[in-house]
Amino acid sequence: MSEGAPPVEMRALSKRYGERLAVDAVDLTVQAGDVYGYLGPNGAGKTTSLRMLLGLIRPTEGVARLFGKDPQVSGARALDGVAGFVEAPCFYPYLSGRKNLELCAAYDGGGEANRRIDESLDLVDLADRAKDRVGSYSHGMKQRLGIAGALIRNPKLLVLDEPTTGLDPAGMRDMRELVRRLASEGLTVMLSSHLMSEVEELCNRVAIIRGGSILFDGALDELLKSDGESRRLRSSDQAQAAAIATRLGIANRIGDSGELELTGGDDELISRYTVELGRAGVGIIELTTGRGSLEHFFFQLTEGESEAPALPAAEPEPAVAAAR
Amino acid sequence: MTRPRVLTVYLWELRKLARQKRTYLGLGAALIVPILFVAALHFQNGSPNDVAFGRYVRESGLAVPLVLLLFGSIWLFPLITALVAGDIIAAEDHNGTLKTILTRSVDRGHVFAGKTLAAATYAALALSLTGVVAVVAGTLQSGFNPLTDLSGQPVSARRSLMLVAASFLVYLVPILAIACFGLCLSALTRNSAAAVVGTLMFALLMQLIGILPGLSGTQPYLLSTQLSAWQGFFRVPTDWLPIVRGLWVSAAYGLPALMIAYLTFLRRDVTGG
Repeated sequence: MSEGAPPVEMRALSKRYGERLAVDAVDLTVQAGDVYGYLGPNGAGKTTSLRMLLGLIRPTEGVARLFGKDPQVSGARALDGVAGFVEAPCFYPYLSGRKNLELCAAYDGGGEANRRIDESLDLVDLADRAKDRVGSYSHGMKQRLGIAGALIRNPKLLVLDEPTTGLDPAGMRDMRELVRRLASEGLTVMLSSHLMSEVEELCNRVAIIRGGSILFDGALDELLKSDGESRRLRSSDQAQAAAIATRLGIANRIGDSGELELTGGDDELISRYTVELGRAGVGIIELTTGRGSLEHFFFQLTEGESEAPALPAAEPEPAVAAAR
Repeated sequence: MTRPRVLTVYLWELRKLARQKRTYLGLGAALIVPILFVAALHFQNGSPNDVAFGRYVRESGLAVPLVLLLFGSIWLFPLITALVAGDIIAAEDHNGTLKTILTRSVDRGHVFAGKTLAAATYAALALSLTGVVAVVAGTLQSGFNPLTDLSGQPVSARRSLMLVAASFLVYLVPILAIACFGLCLSALTRNSAAAVVGTLMFALLMQLIGILPGLSGTQPYLLSTQLSAWQGFFRVPTDWLPIVRGLWVSAAYGLPALMIAYLTFLRRDVTGG
């Protein structure tokens, strides 16, 4: 591990499959202590860039470094202090969970890794099923075994690709709690996800990728501030309320929950808006004020809405522990 | 951090093989074929007179493993070898486990070396199993008697046993070349079934070329021919020419295949899983 080198660096990282550019000149840095969200729709290039980062696939151009080491040059040595998984963690179905971890520990050089197996199994709540063949495990159990497999390396950087995909709500909650706990213990986490609530809940920094290109890279707080103050409205007629907002020049969209998100517009304009709603016979059930949402920002960026917010500086910043 | 050695990977590959059903399919065949052969001898008259040593199977049990070497070269041993060699890399793709092991502290080259050694060990184990069972079952059936060699000279039972062991060793060399070809297909195709069937087809193709009219000149350089090289031990004086040729011809097939497999494995993108 190079002293002072950031846990993750990608510089002009690209991967081309024939005519298709899967990852296009990605530049990003994850600093020590970050819980870094790597956010993008399915097929955006998240997994491909993580595979390049871990040395599983060769970049067409550019370089990925872990603690200053390029896996293409240093091989397995570049992975010292790094653990995680890309896509679903995979294990030998005909071996037990424990045997799989023993194999992983042996491939990590044995010794310390071996001694951490029990502790890791306890941590992910799999100690009772450790002797069962992995072939009989549920998806959620495999995900947890993947985390246990990562933790026996005693990593300083944890790379997790969509760790809650396929989990039930309780499994998702437990996984997020685990990530939060690991981060609070000082682990740097790079977490790829397409779930905005997950990234918003866990991460202090975020990169948004679409079509293989980074659209935003920076602190989550700054990003949300840049989105401006927003308000959420529940009314007796959301469609009409949206039409009135548009007429008054207030940016709006109906969110997944059915609430009308209103962004921009000072207090005077919002006051006029409520009067207009009353005149039109639209009853206000609830009007709340909050900061901008990652979801709103994400869709503006990835779906190319007309009024994209002004981006904060994309330069990496020192570690912020705000998300913890 | 301590780096795992090739030995670590090799031992884990053997443990993994020990937990898979297909491993026992091949070993089961290696075990059962000599027993079936001797049972057929026991319950039926006649001998396989059209192959070397076939006429002696009722006179000495030590002729049984030699006849089985000849029968087994058609498809049995190539198939048993292909079952593991063709699967050992491709199965990692199928299970998505290549990314699991290649994100640990082990070098790709060590993983490849461990897998190659495990595939070779399996082929050697299957061949040994057939040899030991054939000697024991053959001896029980026809006795531990002197053997008549291919020059018509009698050879003591003890020396015959040593020559049988040497024959199995020499036979192993082209089998290992077939294993290398299986590894190569396993790395290139990333598909177990394609690699296993492809390896078997390759072995059968070698035999086909050997019997095609007009291609008899190629016969000394075919891999299938080297499966008969051990017969040089049963001539007086010992005919080293086919044995030595068996070594270098097998190497000429096996080493390039192994090199292609190694480079493919080293440089490939791991995209599965």
